[in-house]
Amino acid sequence: MNILTDCPRGCETTIKKLHASGPLKQRLISFGIMKGATITLMEYAPRKSTVEVKVGKMRLALRKEEADMIEVEDAAK
Amino acid sequence: MQQNSAPACPVMAKHIKIALVGQPNVGKSMLVNSISNAHLHVGNFTGVTVEKTEVLFDYRAYQFTVVDLPGTYAFTNYTIEERVTHDFLCNEEYDLVINVVDSTNLEKNLQLTAELMTMSKKMVLALNMSDEAEKEGIDIDAPYLSQLLDLPAIPVSAVSKEGLDELMDAVIDVYEAPLVEPKLIFSEAVEEEIGNIQGYLDRHRFRAAISNRNIAVNLLQKEKKTYRVLHDNPLWTELQPMLIEADRHIEIHHDSEDIKEIFAEEYAAFNRGIITEVVKEKKQTIKKKTMTERIDNVLIHPLFGIPIFLFFMWSLFQLTFEVGSIPMEWIDAFFGWFGDLVGNTIAHEATRSLIVDGLIAGVGAVVMFVPNIMILFIGIALLESTGYMSRVAFLLDGFFHKFGLHGQSFIPLVTGFGCSIPAYMSARILKNDRARLLTLFIIGFMSCGARLPVYVLFAGAFFSESAAGNILFAIYITGALIGLFAAKILKMTAFKGADEPFVMEMPKYRLPSLKLIWHTVMTKTWMYLKKAGTFIAAATILVWFLSNYPHNDALKTTFDNKIELAQSDEEKTELANMLQESQLEHSYLGSIGKFMEPAFEPLGFDWKMTVALQTGLAAKEVVVSTLGVLYAIGDDVDEESSSLITAISKNIPFASGVAFIVFVMIYLPCLAASVVFTREAGGIKYFVYLFIFTTVTAYVLSFIAYRVTLLIT
Ligand SMILES: Nc1nc2c(ncn2[C@@H]2O[C@H](COP(=O)(O)OP(=O)(O)O)[C@@H](O)[C@H]2O)c(=O)[nH]1
Repeated sequence: MNILTDCPRGCETTIKKLHASGPLKQRLISFGIMKGATITLMEYAPRKSTVEVKVGKMRLALRKEEADMIEVEDAAK
Repeated sequence: MQQNSAPACPVMAKHIKIALVGQPNVGKSMLVNSISNAHLHVGNFTGVTVEKTEVLFDYRAYQFTVVDLPGTYAFTNYTIEERVTHDFLCNEEYDLVINVVDSTNLEKNLQLTAELMTMSKKMVLALNMSDEAEKEGIDIDAPYLSQLLDLPAIPVSAVSKEGLDELMDAVIDVYEAPLVEPKLIFSEAVEEEIGNIQGYLDRHRFRAAISNRNIAVNLLQKEKKTYRVLHDNPLWTELQPMLIEADRHIEIHHDSEDIKEIFAEEYAAFNRGIITEVVKEKKQTIKKKTMTERIDNVLIHPLFGIPIFLFFMWSLFQLTFEVGSIPMEWIDAFFGWFGDLVGNTIAHEATRSLIVDGLIAGVGAVVMFVPNIMILFIGIALLESTGYMSRVAFLLDGFFHKFGLHGQSFIPLVTGFGCSIPAYMSARILKNDRARLLTLFIIGFMSCGARLPVYVLFAGAFFSESAAGNILFAIYITGALIGLFAAKILKMTAFKGADEPFVMEMPKYRLPSLKLIWHTVMTKTWMYLKKAGTFIAAATILVWFLSNYPHNDALKTTFDNKIELAQSDEEKTELANMLQESQLEHSYLGSIGKFMEPAFEPLGFDWKMTVALQTGLAAKEVVVSTLGVLYAIGDDVDEESSSLITAISKNIPFASGVAFIVFVMIYLPCLAASVVFTREAGGIKYFVYLFIFTTVTAYVLSFIAYRVTLLIT
């Protein structure tokens, strides 16, 4: 299983599954983080504690714990 | 359920009530501003509009009420804002919805639009930021979009004010026409089930405020309210098995068991279809980095991001002091001159003292700090409106998290540097109650604008002008750091528990509109001045009265006799001063101060400072005006010490001054803030905790500061 935070900075990949539940899952979905969406890893904060991603045209900040719940396809690029 | 029929309005002009809905940061507030020429607060970070705001205006022969609802990504009730919006849309009466979307990110915005379309409400789509879309080479075929959705879609720009009349005309047309159900098409499996349920409801002549098709959609989505209504209906016995069957069917098709996720995917698929039809984007030949990306490369750089942020903050405090101190001297001089001028025209001694020493000195002491406060507010407004605020939240989340705080706590905390009241309110962006309470508890550690006068006064009194800016920065940083440690301690004791997830949008960078910044700053400054003119003036008069009465006539006679007998002028002046001093000590205020003095003695405070701290519970500005009144009376005779700064540096020992600053830094902000805190925290008991917590912390740290300063000086 590939998770988002395995990807290096700048990689673009597709979301396979969300391993979140309840309100957090709905929150992620309402930001467009859902199965099949393309996600780009823009930037890591110091010590990878937080990541900035891009979904569609929106940039989002996620904490590592939340980003780890996002399963992605092979980081091709 | 929603009410569809608008009440018959008895007013002359036709009255249209509009609910303004959109995702955060699409320019809703700005749009209301432009349409109505009102001036709401506009900011470029999520969660500016926390409370719903109503704006009234006229257009053509109609009267409009626009309710600007808090930005919401979806109907998920995740945050308080989303709950406010959702509740309003479901339970209140309004004629029509304007759904504001960001033309540069239509696909994401349509997600909310799709949900709104299931509400059977009259609706107009405002494609905002059309100016920006044009610049980015995004072309939206608005008429075709209208046709596809069966909703009027009007390109507008809140900034360049294009399309506003068209938008309002569309609103009037939709208002006057009967309701047209917008078209929202689902996948085959879902459509089939919708058809089944709708057909069943139609056959049984079921009627409600929303269409049967939308009821079917809501039932399939497991929307709670729709469920509740139908649950009490006899039809339910037959409906329920149908729904179970439908669920199964849909779940098989989507290979998922989460119906919310399934519908989100359905909406997304529908939206993608729409987007491919109506949006044409100019392909950039080389993949050029956007401006936001380029700025972010620097500002959220893993290494330089935080130093850059600290540098910005440092510059702000330098500016606050350096630039702010220039007009300060003029204002000080003006009030001195004005006091003399007025004083000369009043013959009656007590009245003159009231007006000059009480009112003018007290209010003057507060007005003096207007320049500093304005600079601070400009800084915070810039931080808010450029989009930098969320970058800082991103940078600091890792660090904050260690202290049990949330990166987004940064937003209320920074707002707290301006004023604690909006800060307490903006803490609502935190969803988790524990995280929110924790943030509420430490907002007070972020020194608010009203404390600035006290700091400027003491920094000016004890340090050279070149050092004062740095001292100011140090005071603010120290306060913030103490706040962080307090948070850690609270998190480990009172607020144990799981952390709130951190998921936050980072908006595009935008050039702030000067007009709006100016407006925000002026509103806040005006509020400060109004406070100086009313609340603080009244408190000042009270302080003046308490410090002048009761008149001890025996004392006066003894001293008058002594003065009569005095040989030299010098001796006379000294005696007169002593008289003033002992009069003050015997006043009501003196008695209170003397009574409390032993408690504050270990911190090195004399009774005047003790009194100032107590009056400061009402508002921090009153600390300065109290000191102004107390020291103005005591020093009346001395020509040279017209300025309060000189009086302070002469009368207060350095170590006591430091301890005083520490105390002011930490204890309760003010009466008004305490009220708001109690409301936001949800109970008086939290206020009691806060009071004990801050007072004890203030006392202990102030004591340490006093002792340490004594040791090292
Ligand atoms: N270029 C452009 N910027 C806009 C427009 N409308 C709003 N903005 C900017 O978008 C940002 C967010 O606006 P705001 O009204 O606070 O959004 P709200 O959160 O939806 O109320 C502000 O910086 C505005 O200056 C527009 O039509 N064009």
